[in-house]
Amino acid sequence: MGKHREIGTIIRSLGCCPSEGELHDLIAEVEEEEPTGYIRLEKFLPVMTEVLLERRYRPIPEDVLLRAFEVLDPTKRGFLTKEELIKYMTEEGEPFSQEEMEEMLSAAIDSESNSIHYKDYITMMVEVQLFKEKNKVT
Amino acid sequence: MGSGTSNQHHFAFQNAERALKAAALIQRWYRRYVARLEMRRRCTWSIFQSIEYAGQQDQVKLHDFFSYLVDHFTPSSHNERDFLNRMFTEERFPKDLEMEKCSDYNSIEVPDNYTGPHLSFPLLPDHATALVEAFRLKQQLHARYVLNLLHETRKHLIQLPNINRLSTCYSEEITVCGDLHGQLDDLIFIFYKNGLPSPERAYVFNGDFVDRGKDSVEILMILFAFMLVYPKEFHLNRGNHEDHMVNLRYGFTKEVMYKYKIHGKKILKTLQDVFCWLPLATLVDEKVLILHGGVSDMTDLELLAKLDRHKIVSTLRCKTRKQSEKLAEGKRKASQMSSPGRPTPWFLPMSRSLPSSPLHVGSHKAHKTGRSSSIPCSASLDRKELSQQVRRSVDLELERCRQQAGFPLIREKEPVLFMAEADSDAEQLLQPTQEEWKQVVDILWSDPMAQEGCKANTVRGGGCYFGPNVTEQLLQKYNLQFLIRSHECKPEGYEFCHNRKVLTIFSASNYYEVGSNRGAYVKLGPALTPHIVQYQANKATHMLTTRQRISRVEESALRALREKLFAHSSDLLGEFKKHDADKTGLITLSDWATAVESVLHLGLPWRMLRPQLVSSSTENVLEYTSWLEDLAKEQLSHENIQSSVLETLYRNRSNLETVFRILDSDHSGFISLDEFRQTWKLFSSHMNIDITDDCICDLARSIDFNKDGRIDINEFLEAFRLVEQSCPEGNTSDGPQTTNTDDSSCSRPGAH
Repeated sequence: MGKHREIGTIIRSLGCCPSEGELHDLIAEVEEEEPTGYIRLEKFLPVMTEVLLERRYRPIPEDVLLRAFEVLDPTKRGFLTKEELIKYMTEEGEPFSQEEMEEMLSAAIDSESNSIHYKDYITMMVEVQLFKEKNKVT
Repeated sequence: MGSGTSNQHHFAFQNAERALKAAALIQRWYRRYVARLEMRRRCTWSIFQSIEYAGQQDQVKLHDFFSYLVDHFTPSSHNERDFLNRMFTEERFPKDLEMEKCSDYNSIEVPDNYTGPHLSFPLLPDHATALVEAFRLKQQLHARYVLNLLHETRKHLIQLPNINRLSTCYSEEITVCGDLHGQLDDLIFIFYKNGLPSPERAYVFNGDFVDRGKDSVEILMILFAFMLVYPKEFHLNRGNHEDHMVNLRYGFTKEVMYKYKIHGKKILKTLQDVFCWLPLATLVDEKVLILHGGVSDMTDLELLAKLDRHKIVSTLRCKTRKQSEKLAEGKRKASQMSSPGRPTPWFLPMSRSLPSSPLHVGSHKAHKTGRSSSIPCSASLDRKELSQQVRRSVDLELERCRQQAGFPLIREKEPVLFMAEADSDAEQLLQPTQEEWKQVVDILWSDPMAQEGCKANTVRGGGCYFGPNVTEQLLQKYNLQFLIRSHECKPEGYEFCHNRKVLTIFSASNYYEVGSNRGAYVKLGPALTPHIVQYQANKATHMLTTRQRISRVEESALRALREKLFAHSSDLLGEFKKHDADKTGLITLSDWATAVESVLHLGLPWRMLRPQLVSSSTENVLEYTSWLEDLAKEQLSHENIQSSVLETLYRNRSNLETVFRILDSDHSGFISLDEFRQTWKLFSSHMNIDITDDCICDLARSIDFNKDGRIDINEFLEAFRLVEQSCPEGNTSDGPQTTNTDDSSCSRPGAH
């Protein structure tokens, strides 16, 4: 299990954005017949190269992400309450683990209103998501 | 769930489906974000660790240099011979007379205005507790008490065996702590969270109490005090940093001399001896072995238990006993491939196989072994072969010299050429054998690896990498359950490996930088199930989100990395030019990555780091000269010093500092201009650095700011605008120079 999570990290940091299901499929492709918990580079490399060349699992553009939040906020308040976010993230889709949920909450929730203002949140996250070049000013 | 008409049902169903899809999308996006953060964290970690280990390798190279000097350099004058002799006097075994002088603390008066803690002996538990409290309030213990405590500590340690035995019958729970490295906050936190030592609460501290952090002295005082107060329950193991030679480089010597200007020398001398008396390992219930580094396939616990640990003054460099002709013959037959003589260069071909590449390509785990790389680097092979050739020719030279001098072929190492007199038989007996010394080095320096086998630890320059089969073999041979060791920093403060048979425990949180890692300690009850407790002794980190924490640490790592890049500017330029045959001034980013690795040998993922290091590249090519200039502008402040000289000195500054401190045997902080020039001359000729004598003279004179013919070591090092906070090697800074008082109220600058 531990090794599979590391492969997920690698694949995602190479620029891909697979869902958990897609990730499992990919791992199944590169895994050993007898699962040792390790993945061999020789197997991984050609599969991954193909994924990259085909531009599979493209990252999600900012506007699409925004629309996803808006679906969860049909009355268009501009925010989701903490409870709503927890409910959606841990009960719907490919649910978060408790650790993932806590980690997301720590950065997303505005402590005063106990809610996530998703538009601002997205802007903040996207800014650091790119491996940006640093300015001269350190 | 809707009710009513099928239409509403339909909408409800659609809405639910859309919500599901939306949630899934957000989760997918978020997981990728987390993955990228994790990647950045790992890159940052690699940077710090590789720079740290490269520093340790440097130290070995330095000692290689000394060995080389000893064996090859013929001093051309009386002065030069004396000068060189002084470099090696640190190795001398402290004679009894000297030890007596050092323990003469009674003559030291404690002034009336002293506001720090007082100690009286025999120590009581209250004294030890009071000491913790006093240090928490940033007080300093008077030199008299320090020496007194060290004297008593030494008396106690002498009675202890090499391998201490603890039982969970007496103390129900035993807490094992790893490296502290002078970080007092962590120790205080452990005592706060876990409780102070007591007959019911046993502690084992597994080495590396000193160096790097700024409160090594205070940590030692506390540990020794509790050891005297609870001798049966409180145990210390020696680490590779409990070694006066290592201390010269990594800050402990500096700290002692700064805090104790008058008596520092005595304290250091006494400590040198106390360190040698520290036990080597602890065994709990005959089942759990606790030692600092690790084991090797040659580890022999019986031999380790029997040897005289006091003889091993330093694990870095050692004069080992001469063997008689017969013994030597026998030994030669027994270990065909062991190299004759030199204890220092342990990356010579011995009975272990060499790693396939000294470079560290690949993931974090693989990088230490240097083996599982799928991207061979042709430049490195040449270098490796070249260095092997050089070593072979050096060995041949050695043999030739020995033969010329009329000595028999197989001998343990001895400084032949200019030691004043040969060692007497009595002195001989004070030295450990090669075998004994290697056993101790192995347990203090080795690291576990994922692959099976056992091979030389080239990253550290000492000990070995040991695989799961080596662990298994040892555990079975001595009927043990598992191993607890320290020696390596881990992001979570601990790590299991070898099928949970080896536990690494590291207790210095925020070791590289605030937010870099947690510290941890492990508790063992009668069932011997390890129970881990983690912590991070810095309130600031709790307030930061993961992202912010990673950014801070990352910035610090990148700063250190840029500094390293600058220090190799000339080599980098040369390497870049090789990739630019048409002299366009441009190279591809891919070539940039290759070139940088072949110069720095840090095994880092340069392509991933490139956006952070190269801000000015268009269309996949880089104008390398201006990039190097930009680097220089960031680092340099003194335009008047020739930049190539500066760069070379800068790169070697750690080694230089170590050499200076060795030369500065009275720990005054000053060396003469002449010594500086001579040092540099020798050093540069060994390293094949091309700097003229005039250059050095000019440089020396320009550094002698007050023109008194002496160089203040600290001023000299300041001239490089050291980014001390970001380099693990330089975490103790000297702060303001005060007058000669053991004043405890100075605040210590330097982020930590």
